[in-house]
Amino acid sequence: MRSMSPPRPLRLTLNDRPVETSCPNERILLDLLREDLNLTGTKRGCDLGTCGCCTVWIDGRATLSCLTLARSTEGHSVTTIEGVSPATGLNPVQKAFVERGATQCGFCTPGFIMTATALLRDHPHPSRSEITEAIAGNLCRCTGYTKIIEAIESAASGDR
Amino acid sequence: MSTADASPKFRLLGGRIPYVEGPLKVTGRAEYTDDIKRPGMLYGGLLRSPWPHARLVSIDVSSARSLPGVYAVLTGEKYPTPFGVLPITHDETAIAVGKARYIGDIIAAVAATDERTAELAMAAIRVEVEPLPEYADPQTGLAPVTEPIHARGLAGTNIQKEVVQHFGDVDAAFAQASHTVRVRGTFAGVTHAFTEPMATIAESTPDGRLTVWSATQVPHYLHRALSEVLGIPMHRIRVIKPEVGGGFGGKSDPLPHEIACAALALETGRPVKIRFDREDVFLTNHGRHPTQNDVRIAADSEGHLSAYDIQAVLDGGAWSSFGTVTTYYNGVLAMGPYRVPNFRYRGRRVYTNKPPSGAMRAHGGTNIRYSVEVALDELAESIGLDPFVLRERNALPPNSTTVNQLRITSTSFRQCLDASRVRSGWADKFRRLPFGEGIGLGCGFYISGSNSPIHFTPKMPQCTVHLKVDMDGGIAVHSMQADIGQGSNTLLAAIVAEVLGVDLDRVHVVRVDSDISPVDIGSYSSRVTFMMGNAARRAAEELLATLLRAASELCGYPVDQLAVERERYVPRHRPEVAVSFMDALHKAMEKVGALTATGAYSSPPMGGTFKGARAGTAPAYSFAAYVAQVRVDAETGEYHVGTIWAAFDCGRPLNRLAVEGQIEGSIHMGLGQLMGETMSYRSTRLMNPSLLEYKIPAPQQMPRVECLLVGQDDPEGPFGAKEAGEGPLVATLPAVANALYDAIGVRFHELPITPDRVVRGIEQRRKEGRPWKGA
Repeated sequence: MRSMSPPRPLRLTLNDRPVETSCPNERILLDLLREDLNLTGTKRGCDLGTCGCCTVWIDGRATLSCLTLARSTEGHSVTTIEGVSPATGLNPVQKAFVERGATQCGFCTPGFIMTATALLRDHPHPSRSEITEAIAGNLCRCTGYTKIIEAIESAASGDR
Repeated sequence: MSTADASPKFRLLGGRIPYVEGPLKVTGRAEYTDDIKRPGMLYGGLLRSPWPHARLVSIDVSSARSLPGVYAVLTGEKYPTPFGVLPITHDETAIAVGKARYIGDIIAAVAATDERTAELAMAAIRVEVEPLPEYADPQTGLAPVTEPIHARGLAGTNIQKEVVQHFGDVDAAFAQASHTVRVRGTFAGVTHAFTEPMATIAESTPDGRLTVWSATQVPHYLHRALSEVLGIPMHRIRVIKPEVGGGFGGKSDPLPHEIACAALALETGRPVKIRFDREDVFLTNHGRHPTQNDVRIAADSEGHLSAYDIQAVLDGGAWSSFGTVTTYYNGVLAMGPYRVPNFRYRGRRVYTNKPPSGAMRAHGGTNIRYSVEVALDELAESIGLDPFVLRERNALPPNSTTVNQLRITSTSFRQCLDASRVRSGWADKFRRLPFGEGIGLGCGFYISGSNSPIHFTPKMPQCTVHLKVDMDGGIAVHSMQADIGQGSNTLLAAIVAEVLGVDLDRVHVVRVDSDISPVDIGSYSSRVTFMMGNAARRAAEELLATLLRAASELCGYPVDQLAVERERYVPRHRPEVAVSFMDALHKAMEKVGALTATGAYSSPPMGGTFKGARAGTAPAYSFAAYVAQVRVDAETGEYHVGTIWAAFDCGRPLNRLAVEGQIEGSIHMGLGQLMGETMSYRSTRLMNPSLLEYKIPAPQQMPRVECLLVGQDDPEGPFGAKEAGEGPLVATLPAVANALYDAIGVRFHELPITPDRVVRGIEQRRKEGRPWKGA
């Protein structure tokens, strides 16, 4: 077992703002966000890339931050749940999740919001099977996905 | 469809009420334990045993202690007082004392500046052990063993608990029966797989107080266990429950790491955080018991049930946990929703050197109901009865008592049967679909809150709710009920708003904090809606009485002529002199200042006088009749559940959004156990402690779920409501298994029903020359 390598500077765009920080080479993006930058909206559920709770966007693509070395985001743009949440109120996907009861314990929710918001940005009118395909990398143990899928469909149709 | 449609007399209840904390959860602003940092906080690490069963000869922590950044290294001797969730089976310690009892047992705890340093320290601990015989199979532990896992095992065996019950005369009933069936069920262990790993922060302060934040379903039991083990009076310990990312029973025991974390905080004088990785979660387990049961059922020629004869052997793992209750429930919860005049049960729970089993959603009811409901399907077939007719013939009526003295008040089980039969198109489908397609019925019932609160002597209320309202007009609700995602905060707020006539945004449910929250024994046994709901209603009615007296003074009309309307109190026929909520409040506050009110709930006395009579008693029961339709690929053995018609009796559904959410989530969890989830062991070693290898169902595997809420008002439930948190799970598994039989003619007595077992079953049937539906 080794100690961490010494911290080195890291520059990235985080939630549309330039950030200069530093971290050891081994630092995982999830830990950089949660532990170093106090962006705790991104959740840590498994550390193995299986649950999707830690989903963020890198250059707009939904990505698992627990499988991403922080160093690899040098010069890239990272967006977290904090970055897609308006200063006041909710974005349409978030609003649909609330109204449709798509959150229960809520621990998986930020990851689902990141996945669903990216899906609807790229495919504004997905079919049900495209939705289930898109969220297949996010685990939820509370809802049986039923109300999550309904919420995404509702956000897509603007039917709220 | 529903007999309990939103009544016009309710503004909120009976509707679809979005969860009050929803906006915090969708923005990542809901605060879970691991989101909290305290100034100067250290990180705890837990050294886990790599041995399944070993005597701890010596633990040398000297080099670990001398590492830079290490603040404390603790072993079991410092706090050896045993604890456990049930007062009668205290057999756990915060850190192992004398022996390690499973791979994953905690044998030392470290506090250091960061987790990496804590890991280095743990690697530097030298443990000398004497390996002991390893017990993986509960059957071995039924007889005396060389080295019982616990000294308290029965007569030199590993039996933790044995239950023997006999009501009526089972042997005579079998001798007279015209039909008998037998199912010997085998069930793999499964686990909760909530998404939030456990986390705890503890902080000891110079004023002699200890504060603990923890991801727990039952803050009160944690509070008690901390006090007992650490020797600190409860009034000097403060337990705070942040948001909890799911529990399903897995966070309902006080857990060793929570106490070890507090011990490290006491040792160092600094805040300490312990957070689990996923492997820690799997090793902590407390999931559903691996089970073998043997169910014999006797009936007359018309299908009237005359006797159940049941045996069960439960693999308890290393600790007792809720196991004594589980042992009772595996018999007792066979006893609804039908009338069964003779009943015999022998249940044994056996310690093994595996991660402990405990309470998991539909605790104690899931496996036994599976075997019973599959057996009833077989019985119906052998008598030549439609499965619905068999159930109808035996349905317990309202206001009846089971042979083991469970008091049944409301039951809409017959309405559940009617609804699922009609909605599923049963008559056109049963035994009429082509080979590979099938439809099946499974039924259930479940307790709506255990009647036996753990720990209360002399008996005190199971919960209390406090309300406080000051001149700003905001109503603070204090309660130690634990919202773990099921929506209890929302229901609490809605009940208070409903009774007082105020808007929901006036009501704020304050985070659970033992310094201010009155005791409620937490979220388990599906007790919260029923018990907290009644307490909240009483508290709100007390506050309303005060407000109505003030309104009466202001408008000059007597209280009994005032109606509660939205944000105002209105004299009959005189709306022009209505008094607003705020005016009534300010009038009421003139002499006393801020208003407070209290409501409490105690369940009524019930149950027989025999040993174990309280097990399974509850102030009400939920009922369910589910129909599942499946399609099987006979080549690959894969199958898909297309639709589940979930007819459920939760009395009056108070928040339809939440009730549906509980049913849909329960079906997901039930399907997981049925279709593949398995705690997979090689001897005692858990082979799949990750969500990669322990697969829960994916969105594509979920059926369409049609929720049919047909319950009628329960006489004692708040506004007529009963539970909907666990009962919705149990009917799922037998409904699908019976549908598989209808599809391919194969009975499954072992879970999970994996594709290879499906293929083997089809091949076996063909080999025996017993074609099914012509195939």
